[in-house]
This record gives sequence, C-alpha cells and structure tokens, in this order.
Amino acid sequence: MLMRTVEISTGAFVLAGTLALIFLAVRISGVNLTADRSSYTVMARFNDVAGLQTRAKVSIAGVTVGRVAAIDVDMEYGEAIVSMELKGSGGVLSMDTGAQILTEGILGARYINLLPGADEETLSDGDVIEDTQGAMVLENLIGDLVTRLGAS
Amino acid sequence: MIGFLRGVGNRSLDRVAGVGRATLVLTAALWKVPRLSDVPLIVKQIYNVGVLSLVIVVLSAFCIGAVLALQFHTQLGKFGAQDAVGVGLALVLLRELGPVVTALLFAGRAGSAITAEIGLMKTTEQLSSMEMMGVDPLHRIVAPRLWAGFVSLPLLTAIFNVVAIYGGMIVAVEWMGGDQGRFWSGIQAEVDIWDDIGKGVVKSIAFAVVVTWIAVFQGYDTEPTPEGIGLATTRTVVVSSVMVLAIDFLLTLSMYGDFK
Amino acid sequence: MDDPNLVEIKDLHFRRGARVVFDGLSLTVPRGKITAIMGPSGSGKTTLLRIIGGQIKPDAGEIRVAGRDVGGLGRAELFELREDIGMLFQSSALFTDLTAFENVAFPLREHTDLPEDSIRDLVLMKLNAVGLRGARDLLPSQLSGGMARRVALARAIALDPQLLMYDEPFTGQDPIAMGVLLSLIKKLNGALNATSLLVSHDIHETASIADKIYIVADGKVVGEGHPDVLHDHPSSRIRQFVAGRPDGPVPFHYPADEFVYDVLGSGR
Repeated sequence: MLMRTVEISTGAFVLAGTLALIFLAVRISGVNLTADRSSYTVMARFNDVAGLQTRAKVSIAGVTVGRVAAIDVDMEYGEAIVSMELKGSGGVLSMDTGAQILTEGILGARYINLLPGADEETLSDGDVIEDTQGAMVLENLIGDLVTRLGAS
Repeated sequence: MIGFLRGVGNRSLDRVAGVGRATLVLTAALWKVPRLSDVPLIVKQIYNVGVLSLVIVVLSAFCIGAVLALQFHTQLGKFGAQDAVGVGLALVLLRELGPVVTALLFAGRAGSAITAEIGLMKTTEQLSSMEMMGVDPLHRIVAPRLWAGFVSLPLLTAIFNVVAIYGGMIVAVEWMGGDQGRFWSGIQAEVDIWDDIGKGVVKSIAFAVVVTWIAVFQGYDTEPTPEGIGLATTRTVVVSSVMVLAIDFLLTLSMYGDFK
Repeated sequence: MDDPNLVEIKDLHFRRGARVVFDGLSLTVPRGKITAIMGPSGSGKTTLLRIIGGQIKPDAGEIRVAGRDVGGLGRAELFELREDIGMLFQSSALFTDLTAFENVAFPLREHTDLPEDSIRDLVLMKLNAVGLRGARDLLPSQLSGGMARRVALARAIALDPQLLMYDEPFTGQDPIAMGVLLSLIKKLNGALNATSLLVSHDIHETASIADKIYIVADGKVVGEGHPDVLHDHPSSRIRQFVAGRPDGPVPFHYPADEFVYDVLGSGR
C-alpha cells in the first residue's frame, strides 16, 4: 500500500513537471506550432546602429513583422550591416522600402521600422535595403544643437 | 617551511585523489544502463528526492516570484514602465533564478538527504554486506539516486518557474493593479523558446548532474563514523552550492556572453 | 573439490598508510570445520575477512577460496564467488528500510529467478532455523541486537553458502543471546555442510566451538592449534592472551617516559 502512494505521487510529480515545461514553452514563450514559420532574410546598411541588439523587433506601422537576426560591421565603409528575418516568403515589400532605427519610449529598446515604398520590384531573400536612417545618438544631437546655438 | 609546503602538497594531492574517486564512482555507477527491473528503484528515489522537495520548492518559488514582481513594479514604475514587469520577471527567472535557486534548495533538501542516507548505509556496513552478497551497491544504491536526481531537478526547476511567474503575476496584476493582458503579451513577445527557456533547462540539467553527483559521492566516500556522516552532509551542501554558483557563472558567460 | 582446505592464505602482506597490518601471514581453513582467528583489537581481523571476500586488495600474497585465486578474479567472477560466501557483519548490517522477511529474501531475489512462493518458503525456512519466523514483519529498528544478528545470520545463509564468515559475532550480546548464537553457529555449520571462519576476541566463547584457533598479532600468526593446546602454549604472549591477563609481554602502559618526569614537569 505504501509503495502505491509512492508510485502515485511520483507519477503526479513527473506529470506536473512535464506540464510545467510545456506550459513554459507554450504560454511563456508564445510558440505557435500551427503558424506559418517560413521566413526570409533582408539586409540593410546603416551608418549607426548604436543600441540596436539582435532579436530586436522589426515592424511596419507599429506591427511586428520580424526580428533582427545579426548585426555585422563592414570595416571598409565603416557601416553596420543588419540582417533582418521577416515573416512570409518575400515578394511583398517594394525595392525602395526604407528602414529607420527608432526607440520605444524614452528609455526603451531600439527597433527597426520599415517604410514601404512604391517600386514595382520587390525585396526577396538576400536583398539589401539602401534607403536607411541610422540611430539617433543623444550626444550627437546635443553636439549639433550646441554648434548651431553658437553659430547664431 | 618545508613542512608547510609538504602539507599544502599533500592536501592538494588529496583533492586530486578525491576528484579521481568521484569520477570512478560516477562512471562505475552509470556504466550499466538501467534495466526494466531497475525502474521501481528509480521511482522510489524520484519520490525521495523529487516529490519530497516539492513543498519547499513551491513555497520558495511563490515568495520569490512575488518579491521580484513587487521590486520590479516599484522600480520600473518610476519610469512608467510597469508593463515590463512581466518580461523582467520571466527573463530573470527563466535564465538565472529558476535554475540556480531550485538547485540550491535541491542541494539542501535532497542532496543532504542522499549523503546522509548513503553515509549511514556505509557506516552500518550495509554497503559492505551488499557487496559480500554479490550485489554491487554502485549499481543498486548509487545509480538509482543519480538517475532520480537527473530527472527530478529539471522538473522541479520547471515547476519553480511556473509557480514563481504566477506568484509574480498575482502581485503585479491582482495587487498592484497591472494589466493581465499586457503582463502575458509582454512575456510572450520577448521570451524565446531556445534562448531563454532552453538554456535554462540546459542549466538545470547541468546543476542536476553536479549536485546529485556530489551528494552521492560524499555519502559513498564518508568516513564510517557518526561525525563522518555529519561532515559529509555539510560538505555536500557547501560544495554543491558553490559549484552551482560557479557553474552558473561559466554557463551564463558561454551562453549569453557576447564574445563571438 | 578434493582439496581439504577451503581457504588458503599464503604470505599475505598488507599495509594501510604507514601502518603494517599483515606482514607475511599464512593460514588455512579446513573444509567442514569451524576455524577461529583471534587476536587483540586492531590486529586487522576484520580486514582479513574483507581480503578473503575480495573487498580489499592485498599488497602481496596469495588468497585461494575454493581453489580460485581471489586476487586474479575479475569483477564479475568476484561477485559470482561471493554468492558462495555468507558473511555476518559485526553491526548485523540489515537493510534498514526492509522488513526481516525482505532482508532475508534480498539475496534470493537478486541471485535466483525463483517464483514468489518458493522464495517465501525458503525465507521462512531460514528464519525458522534462527528461531525468528514470528518476527518476519518487523523492521530492523524493532529488533533487539541479538535478534538483528540472528536475522542477519538467516540472510547470510539464504543462498546456502560453502563458506560462512563471522565478524565478531559475540560483541555486545547479552549472555542468552550469546548462547543462542554459539549453538546456532555450531548447528548451522553441520546442517549446511559448510565451513565457518570466525573472527573474535572473546576467548572462552570461541574456544567452546572452534575446531582450530589461529592467534594473530603484529601481522603474523603467532600461534595455532586446538583450543586446549593453546592454554599450555610455550609462548608467554599467547598464554597472556588466552588467560586474559592485563599485563605481561603485551604491556599495560602505552609507551611513555617515566611517570616521575611527567609529574616533575620535565616530560615531553
């Protein structure tokens, strides 16, 4: 009889632990097993990405459409190359789409906002966005302001 | 001076020999893959190390989750960022506090019990008599406890994380008046299944191996006296706590460190 | 099988750290007899039993049990050999979480594929032999010291071993329990057609059942023979041990300076 209580409570424990793991995966990380998981990668060159991190969100009009997959530097031109993983299979965003780095709130995280253009041609896997606007760096802004004030 | 150096040298050699013995115990115990007939032994041990640790783990998880939510809420509130409470809570728990605190509690509750039990069996010659009956105590006594530890700690960690996040949610939402939808959506938007949950599970498996191994070895290597058992039990808690924290540092460094 | 000796030890050397435990010890245990090894505390008698059982490896020397060289056996063969050896430990060493019945059943379950009712019959038979069939459902914590030792004895004989080894079976037993154990050891040796090796320092009890006694001191055999012979042994040291005199060749005092120096404060 004693062994039976042991078996039942052990079984309950293992089940509870497994359920907790599943709960973490589904409820906490929000994994959606049914959704279309295909994605394509688009690059963008920025003069400054200060504060942008991998896994930062990429959005269009405030709606998240992807994530920053990698940030590399092009030593030759002194530019940052950001790879973005976008949902879907490409062929939707126009070739002249612009990308800008923005900040969520005052102290929030940096993210990339895409501004779709009007070109007939569309971006597909591996294409590069040319029209970019880098991160606004507070020190540079203040520096600008000071020189302008001094000039006037 | 020579005597001092000799003492240091001897003690270092003792340590090295201890690591060697511990490795031999581990490999000899895990050498044989558990057979179907070993399952009842492992079930009994999962009960001893897992189920009996459940109460302390759940209580601590709830309290830690609630306290974290309270602190996050007041501090983030200064910047009007209460919505980030859920994310902060979930990330801190999944990546660090969940695996580490559960492993520390496990070392104190289950680790010390394993050491005391095996140490007592050694002191009362139960291990010897088993050996003389032609039954290998490494296989019969040590191995089931090792497997049970490996299984139990990751499960306990998952339970800890879920309870702590709920504890935090109760404080942040019910008590502080946060928004439940934003609490969960914030978490879901930021938490990554591999980067946050997967790496946390990897950590807890590493801690399970380390803590159970230390506990089993300290018991098996006990000096067969009542004082010996006391010392070994203390050593289990101290050594495994330090090892858990040190290994956590190394794992965090290698998994989240930006050294690519 | 024709070998008259079940256990043969030749020129055994063993040291623990700096201390020499055995220094060229040789002895034989004849089949079907009760052989006792006696000696002062700390003379390594328990260690000797463990060496015979292969739990400890000696530094040098040959140990043969039933014709097999214990030192040369692999792990699996060693465990096989041990099924033929029953050992009664000084602390009884019953498994604390199992009942008396389950303790005795343990070796049977581990080493045989007998069906449950055969195991039951065998266990009850063994428990009956030590007079504790009625205590089968008790846990070791509920048994008295003497009863625990008898359950341990029933467990040791569960597989009908060829060799029975007893480690200090009489220490800490009251006179009645002692008498029970003495008659059990004697009776079981005959009933099982086994060979017994007994380690003890209780001279009178041992002398009453042993066929042959070895006296071990300083890592060697210093005297051997039938119990009666030892009383008139030429060595004064053996006579001191057999008669239990507090002082003699084995001194009462631990080596020290003259007492007067310690009292006057000029000692070490």
